[in-house]
Amino acid sequence: MARPIQEINAGSMADIAFLLLIFFLMVTTMDVETGLQRRLPPMPDENQKQDDVKINKRNIMVVLLNDYDRLFAGGDLLDISQLKEKTKEFLSNPTNSEHLPEREIKHIEGWQEYAVSKGVISLQNTRGTSYKAYLAVQNELVKAVNEIRDEFAIQHFGKPYISLDEQKQKIVREAVPQFISEAEPKDTGKR
Amino acid sequence: MAKFSKKGSKGAPALSTASLPDIVFMILFFFMVSTTMRQTDRLVNVLLPEATEVAKLERKDLAAYIYIGTPILSRQAQYGTDARIQLNDSFKTIDDIRDFIAAERETRSEADRSFMTVTLKADENVRMGIITDIKQELRRTSALRIMYSARRAE
Repeated sequence: MARPIQEINAGSMADIAFLLLIFFLMVTTMDVETGLQRRLPPMPDENQKQDDVKINKRNIMVVLLNDYDRLFAGGDLLDISQLKEKTKEFLSNPTNSEHLPEREIKHIEGWQEYAVSKGVISLQNTRGTSYKAYLAVQNELVKAVNEIRDEFAIQHFGKPYISLDEQKQKIVREAVPQFISEAEPKDTGKR
Repeated sequence: MAKFSKKGSKGAPALSTASLPDIVFMILFFFMVSTTMRQTDRLVNVLLPEATEVAKLERKDLAAYIYIGTPILSRQAQYGTDARIQLNDSFKTIDDIRDFIAAERETRSEADRSFMTVTLKADENVRMGIITDIKQELRRTSALRIMYSARRAE
């Protein structure tokens, strides 16, 4: 005769599960890593003769942050809120000014020829600059480049950069490069 | 009418808790999947600066962390209040970064080594001097992919 199967008491299962849950709540974190990604320039070879690559003066914009977090860009004393417009003007050179960077006709793979700006932003800081100010400047520069990319993408592909497919994003990245050079530390200021 | 007659006075029926473990397990699995193990204890105070153009780090397993900030209160007696570098679980100096990067590289697979990103988690009040030193050291060890960790500003 088949005996009725005895039921296993599962009442404590919930307690065990709660125990595990609480353990995981304690030891894990949920934060998402966000930040500004950069690529450092490789260290110059010591044996190699140091010949500074001559960059035409009009093609370079020096952004300098001093010990007191004052911002100089292209020779002017600026507020951080003005930096984005200045950078955009520098990189896009809408009036074909003599003092703003020249453009070089380049063939972009998978697309057409396009006059790519040769502008380089040289970011310099002193030892006393605060990290907060430095990152704010980095952020403004990235924002300027992102906005130019968006404008370019809308003009040529009819969509903002973020909603383009991978291949078109690459074209946009090549047409509007992000040349931010973090210069060799020059002066060792106080503080 | 016998079918519907009440069979004596009964209290409230017992609430079945049989599905409670299932619900708790569901929550448990959600947390197991969406979180990561905490790796290090912070020895420095880090309040990340804010930025609007932040990007998410795609592969967390390729990140090596360098913390920079003032030591936490309980360590200030020993290490002072000047900004210090924390690697793994202890205070280190600039010279230790080389070994740290080499050790971190060892733990990654051959194919992933060149994609290793060094994440600088620095307090917003740190001076750039120490950051510049770290950057120079990273260049020397050719760990060129870096990320300035920042909070997303609204």
